[in-house]
Amino acid sequence: MEFGIIELSRLQFAMTAMYHFLFVPLTLGLSILVAIMETVYVMTGRPIWRQITKFWDTLFGINFVLGVATGITMEFQFGMNWSYYSHYVGDIFGAPLAIEGLMAFFLEATFVGLFLFGWDKLSRVAHLVVAIGSNFSALWILIANGWMQNPVGASFNPMTMRMEMTSFFDVLFNEVAQAKFVHTVSAGYVTASVFVIGVSAWYLLKGRHLELARRSITVASAFGLASAFSVVLLGDESGYNATHSQKMKLAAIEGMWETEPAPAAFTAFGFPDQAARETHYAIHIPYAMGLIGTRSLTTEIPGINDLVAAAETRIRSGQIAYDALMQIRVARDAADPAELARFEAHAADLGFAFLLKRYVDDPRQASEDQIKAAANDTVPTVWPLFWAFRLMVALGFGFIGTMVYFFFFWTSSFRGARFPRPALRLAVWMIPAPWIAAELGWFVAEFGRQPWTVDGVLPTALSVSALSMTEVALTLAGFVIFYTVLFVVEMGLMLKYIRKGPFLDVAETETWAAAHRARLEGSRVTAPFAPAE
Amino acid sequence: MILHELLSYELLRVIWWALLGVLLIGFALTDGFDMGVGALLPFVGRTDVERRVAINTIGPVWEGNQVWFILGGGAIFAAWPPLYAVSFSGFYLAMFVVLAAFIVRPVAFKYRSKRDSANWRSIWDWALFASGAVPALLFGVAVGNVIQGVPFHFTEDLHTIYEGVWYMKFIGLLDPFSLLAGVVSLAMLVMHGGAWLVLKTEGTVQARARAYGAVAALVAVAGYALAGVWLAYGIEGYRIVGDYLTDGPSNPLHFEVAKTATWLTAYSARPWIAVAPALGILGGLLTFLGLRAGREVSTLLFSKLAILGVISSVGLTMFPFIMPSSSDPGSSLTVWGASSSHLTLFIMLVVTLIFMPLILVYTAWVYKVLWGKVTEADVTENSHSVY
Repeated sequence: MEFGIIELSRLQFAMTAMYHFLFVPLTLGLSILVAIMETVYVMTGRPIWRQITKFWDTLFGINFVLGVATGITMEFQFGMNWSYYSHYVGDIFGAPLAIEGLMAFFLEATFVGLFLFGWDKLSRVAHLVVAIGSNFSALWILIANGWMQNPVGASFNPMTMRMEMTSFFDVLFNEVAQAKFVHTVSAGYVTASVFVIGVSAWYLLKGRHLELARRSITVASAFGLASAFSVVLLGDESGYNATHSQKMKLAAIEGMWETEPAPAAFTAFGFPDQAARETHYAIHIPYAMGLIGTRSLTTEIPGINDLVAAAETRIRSGQIAYDALMQIRVARDAADPAELARFEAHAADLGFAFLLKRYVDDPRQASEDQIKAAANDTVPTVWPLFWAFRLMVALGFGFIGTMVYFFFFWTSSFRGARFPRPALRLAVWMIPAPWIAAELGWFVAEFGRQPWTVDGVLPTALSVSALSMTEVALTLAGFVIFYTVLFVVEMGLMLKYIRKGPFLDVAETETWAAAHRARLEGSRVTAPFAPAE
Repeated sequence: MILHELLSYELLRVIWWALLGVLLIGFALTDGFDMGVGALLPFVGRTDVERRVAINTIGPVWEGNQVWFILGGGAIFAAWPPLYAVSFSGFYLAMFVVLAAFIVRPVAFKYRSKRDSANWRSIWDWALFASGAVPALLFGVAVGNVIQGVPFHFTEDLHTIYEGVWYMKFIGLLDPFSLLAGVVSLAMLVMHGGAWLVLKTEGTVQARARAYGAVAALVAVAGYALAGVWLAYGIEGYRIVGDYLTDGPSNPLHFEVAKTATWLTAYSARPWIAVAPALGILGGLLTFLGLRAGREVSTLLFSKLAILGVISSVGLTMFPFIMPSSSDPGSSLTVWGASSSHLTLFIMLVVTLIFMPLILVYTAWVYKVLWGKVTEADVTENSHSVY
């Protein structure tokens, strides 16, 4: 594969997006966990819960700021590096991004400032609002991303040479977006739960802050148990959706080259071979794929080879659409109704004609070989998808196991029993696992959509800005250096505050107690930074 | 759906043009003083405690303020996709510098006081200074370029092609007029940051903020007036020629555009828009006087009026142009040819009408809660919970 501006731009997008998603899952989950902990504090009034809330809040803050900061890159990068994409689908794709800002981001960012207030009535409101805000953020971002996977509610306008929205409600209630949203936020909840359990386990191993650690495990394991089930179930829902919206992605994940008689078998293990178009040493689980993918015993799931043949047909149909479009564009308002009808009949395949632009300027002039090559391009590289997916699923089941163990153990731990040390050590080592699973998940979703940015509508190769290699190389190098420094700084601070543990000094505790009394008595704290006496 | 046709496409475009201005002004009014405080930080704060006082005046609000920037990006994407596509890919390296500043600034706020080392804090102080001053300058430079027209053209498929080699796309932005616009922008935001610090601090920090803010106000007013004269005699304008539709399809290539001697013909066509530059000058002068007289609340208000006047004067002068093309005027982006579809503009307007008032209410509430001065005692006594 030659390495050009497209590959470089993709690398930069992948790098910055995956980096952004190092911070997002913890924000999503920890915001809710901290809100739960604070609710317990408000209900019981016990100072230990205040200390717990405050401790996790500090770690939340260190993480939150980088999520916000790296999110800025995402909001502007479409215009910078993917300007044709921005023009072509901005009418639809821009809306959820803007609504995310209006509805969610403003809320969380405005109220997160009140955390600094320390501790009074505002704090609880702020925690809840920030939790709601960050989760709403995820909803709108996934509506945008869901549309790239399953572009509903839009059609091509020949006069403006772009996709335009025809139904906002279709975009909003896109089944792919809804499943992805719950899957993604659940993954965030699991991440935060594993993080809280892991850090607490480390304290238990060291014999420090036992009260804090045990209570934190209680909350995190209960929350994590529900979330771990949810993440796996909704992942399955996404897979089910893919059988009708993204057949090629599904077939590639499965390494399924030929259409099998229903119900298809699930390939648990194997070595996909793209050139030979077969999966070596495959171990099959009979019926499983058919059941997961179609929830029936009789519906077929098409294999990669059949899908390539279907793509070839759509490319030829797309050439007709492209030809009609060229006639309409020249004529503008005076377009021949027959040409318009011809375009409408083939408009759904216009994107497939664009696949030919890699080989020839005018898709109508493409040779037979070029059409064949373009049809073959619709197959993403199979082996990374195959393996990334399996690793993610294995980790997902691992999280369920972890949560079940810690959840059902915590009652006995309060009766005096103690967690076995190997289990605690495993919990500490588990901390990076949810991040790995989340990044693998995004990899499967986005790499599996290739060669498209918007599935079946706009190829990646066409989406890119007309920039020079030097420019993109400079910014890529800039992001790598810059993000590496920030990552080192962030990890350093996280570790520093985890080592330090919660504040224990007397003066602080006194201040907490005073503020709490003030809250119970209903008095207001008015001046900033001055806790009530 | 027929509902969206309640409002004509033409009206929706004008509304969204105005909302684009509201967002830019909202950004400059809120995040503007964050940038101004950042740029003033090494000058108003000589000791660590003084700097922490300055930082903590914006500590609880910068996160919300920064969202104006992000929302600006999102709203341009949703309502003016061609503008989003052309400007951000065209100003590519400059955008990267701005992004870097906007990423480093939050981190600097948040992390600066998390370690006690003097070196650590000094590095973040420099980061705060640069990430306040550099984008403030670059935003003005970008506006200066947009006023003069930017060298790009569209292909028939509406791919954007930017003229010139890659380094000229960056260095070429820094022509004299655009640099002047940059200086006005920087001075204006430093003035705003100064006015904010005067309101939120006391003692030495306040006295220094007053002095630097007053100088910045004078520079801003003088630079703005000079730019106005320059615009009258040295900068070409643009106008749409021939017949065109104001409610036709959003395709920039459907318009014929020619250069004119000056943008300022807009003032003879629509004399009322002279209110905007007048407000800019008057607001700046009043801010200067307010700072000298030691007024606090009214000074910040004057500073806001100045920013409102300056930014809206640019938009009103250029209307209906948003981003003209200097190399191929026919590719220029206008209000009539660079918007989203009728439906998208309508939906986005409904969403904005629901959420923008809410945002203004809760933002105002948070500022009210945070009302009052930040003192040295505040930061030393609460060193665990503040920056």
